[in-house]
Amino acid sequence: MNFARADNSVMARWWWTVDKWLLLALALLIGTGAVLIMAASPAVASRVGLDMFHFVRKQLQLLPLAALILIGVSMLEPRQVRALALAGFLASLAFVALTFFVGTEIKGAKRWISLPGFSLQPSEFLKPTFAVVAAWLFALSRKHEGFPGDAIAIALYALTIALLLLQPDIGMAFVVSAVWFAQFFLAGLRMLWVVGLVGAGGGGAVLLYMLFPHFESRVNRFLDPASGDTFQVNMAMEAFMNGGLMGRGPGEGRAKSLLPDAHSDFIFAVAAEEFGLILCLIVVGLYAFVVLRGFARALQETDLFVLLAVAGLSVQFGVQALVNMGSTLHLIPTKGMTLPFVSYGGSSLLAIALGMGFVLALSRKRFGAGETL
Amino acid sequence: MATRLSDIVRAIPARLRLQGTAAHALETARHRLVVGGMLFAVAFAVVGGRLVDVTMLTEAREPRAARVPNTGPLELARADIVDRNGVLLATSLVTQSLYANPKLIANPEATARRLAAVLPGLDEKAVRDRLASDQRSFVWIRRSLTPRQQYEVNRLGVPGLFFQREERRVYPHGVLASHAVGFADLDNRGLAGAEQAFDERLKTEREPVRLSLDIRAQHVVREEIKRAIEEFNAIGGMGVLLDVATGETLAMVSLPDFDSNAPGLADDDARFNRNTLGTYEMGSTFKMFTAAMGFDSGAVRMQDSWDASKPYTIGRFTISDFHGKNRWLTTPEVFIYSSNLGALRMAQRIGVERQRDFMDRVGFLRPSPIELPEVSHPLVPKPWREINALTISYGHGITVSPMQLVGAAAASVGGGILRPVTILAREESARAPGERVMSAAASAQLNQLMRLNVERGSGRSAEVAGYYVGGKTGTAEKIQRGGYKKNARISSFVASFPAHDPKYVLLVMVDEPQGRRETGGYATGGVVAAPTAGRIIARVAPLLGLPPMREAVPDLTQPLLAAAILR
Repeated sequence: MNFARADNSVMARWWWTVDKWLLLALALLIGTGAVLIMAASPAVASRVGLDMFHFVRKQLQLLPLAALILIGVSMLEPRQVRALALAGFLASLAFVALTFFVGTEIKGAKRWISLPGFSLQPSEFLKPTFAVVAAWLFALSRKHEGFPGDAIAIALYALTIALLLLQPDIGMAFVVSAVWFAQFFLAGLRMLWVVGLVGAGGGGAVLLYMLFPHFESRVNRFLDPASGDTFQVNMAMEAFMNGGLMGRGPGEGRAKSLLPDAHSDFIFAVAAEEFGLILCLIVVGLYAFVVLRGFARALQETDLFVLLAVAGLSVQFGVQALVNMGSTLHLIPTKGMTLPFVSYGGSSLLAIALGMGFVLALSRKRFGAGETL
Repeated sequence: MATRLSDIVRAIPARLRLQGTAAHALETARHRLVVGGMLFAVAFAVVGGRLVDVTMLTEAREPRAARVPNTGPLELARADIVDRNGVLLATSLVTQSLYANPKLIANPEATARRLAAVLPGLDEKAVRDRLASDQRSFVWIRRSLTPRQQYEVNRLGVPGLFFQREERRVYPHGVLASHAVGFADLDNRGLAGAEQAFDERLKTEREPVRLSLDIRAQHVVREEIKRAIEEFNAIGGMGVLLDVATGETLAMVSLPDFDSNAPGLADDDARFNRNTLGTYEMGSTFKMFTAAMGFDSGAVRMQDSWDASKPYTIGRFTISDFHGKNRWLTTPEVFIYSSNLGALRMAQRIGVERQRDFMDRVGFLRPSPIELPEVSHPLVPKPWREINALTISYGHGITVSPMQLVGAAAASVGGGILRPVTILAREESARAPGERVMSAAASAQLNQLMRLNVERGSGRSAEVAGYYVGGKTGTAEKIQRGGYKKNARISSFVASFPAHDPKYVLLVMVDEPQGRRETGGYATGGVVAAPTAGRIIARVAPLLGLPPMREAVPDLTQPLLAAAILR
């Protein structure tokens, strides 16, 4: 693209202000995702009796939409971002509440709402929108004496977590908690409270361990692999081992024909087996770059809201990538979480695109004082 | 650390650093943002390091789940059952059952097709559907494979197929002793016969359970009874061979029977043990007990005579003889002509009380003590009136099981000592001491009559040269609702051998035999059961180690003939 510096159109202004390095990293991740979904999903599709390219077709139809959302949202002004996030957050909350009444149950959890043509997981959209809303509230409370921003943020957090645990969706609740806590921490939470909340998080994890049997069994299997069925993790380890430095080559993977979640939670293992260590390190590097680039842009920010929002969204992106890769690499107990832009899953893809769109929009170079926001 | 953070923050262009209290929050956020960024950098570095570790540095290993073949001593869940000579009647075989972990099956369709090729009769489509399931990690393919099938399946080399060691109960003799041995289900629970009776012992001890049966004798008894059933077109038959000195059951046959290996294929009638669970009116064989109790109480003497000249009427009943002599009969004549009227007169002199006491002593009023679970209660009259006493004297008005009958018969011919019948082999030391139920003299007198009946009475066809058989025939009309069935009878024979000192008692019963032209249309105990008993004794006695006796046997009947008691 080529825009004259003097061009004052929306496109031109966007082009000159957007973080092109971040944009490039995201584009590379989307491209990698498109390749990997073609590598991993046909085996899964034929195993469950679907047309071989069922998942490929659905994902490739959604990728342009995701790119559109990413670019479109990145053109918004910070005020518009705030408005969109608030509306999106309220709508998502309403839809999540709706799942309890009209939700479709898949694998023991009611998270989806069936719409003609596809099913939507509204809780995915809670993550980016809540991050922006919480950033706004934390910032307001620090800019205007007496505004109860922290209190409202705490109340909204409690409501969101309650809904997610009722579904139950522990993975989502974990990500939302991590983002919210990180933002609260950045917003200047007193160290005593930081220690207290970390302790509460640990207590919460113990409580979850005792309340949710499937959570308990996953942790047990991580701590003592002999205690149960560690089939997926064993298969993933084998896939990494087989991959080696260069991989077995595209289409030569074996694990994908046996791993039930080869196209979603365990896609990283398929990538390793077919394309090897080098590609995997590049992918890890891309995720690290996106997160740290977001942090770096936040660091240069003069507006607290923008800083908190960009940092929160980057944390969400990073935690999701780390948990997915950590599970697959058997660094942490298995937790079903999608690898951003790479795993199969429509709602997750569109929500991540929305979140990164927010990051691109907020991290654009602005001229003039930030206080006007 | 704090200074270094400040340094980093200070490096931020000054124009971006705000002054005043409102900017304090922003400063804090920046400090903390750097901390957070470092944490993420470290986390991504750990993931990268782990990637290098698992892809490059992990040695390829053998699968962890490699299984070590078990070479220890064979441990079975259930002990064997053997006959008295140690012949296997029931044992457990280790078999291998095939199952699959569908998660490990990469190609369900090809796997199902290859399995169907080596396991005939396998439903290929059903197996394919089960293998394609993603939810389960265990599905049965087939239970109890032959070693050859196991080899063929292993040779397919399909990952995800496994064998489960199982035990299957096997009965090498099948139908031969099925009622005594019984059977156990797929989960190794005893459901009938000795399998049920000794279930706990079979599960907890390793020593086999040794039954009293002699499978050779069992075979002979079954074969001969089957022959009688076929010959006389009967619906069933029973045979029990008892060791008089120990109460051990050497043979127990109930026909029709079933295969213990496949009890489910048989109907209820075949699974029914007629010897222990069936109760019948025994008919004239009961006259031996009438004679025995008469001798024992002194009410009956050998030289007494009994009025059998005309039918006897009591109330609305009229009792008569089958082949009436219509005259007074001596005691031996009553026995060998099987006179109902004579037995009735004896019962009148013995009295109701003494008859009831005797019946109680020899075990007719309680279930047989045999250890099998299939044991029924006898049907005895309550109250025991005179009319009951009169009909019981010739075996009607009381129903008992064949096992009760042989137990009482063994006590009566065996010197008057009752020993509980048993299905277990008894060592010398473990034998029940027995209980005297009548005088030895009364028992000896009964043996005279039993022998006389085979020499000159209805039991002639049971005689086997050298074995001095004694016996009593019985032909009982079968009861049906509201009366007796016409032309439906149970023909029986109770034999003892050798008669002067009985070692064994044999009971043969044939259910609803039909008369044949060769037998003059008769299907009585003497015609149907006695020859069968004779054939059994001829074949079984040598097996049991009983040598044929030529001389020096006390003649039991000579004294009776010499005293002209028998006309």
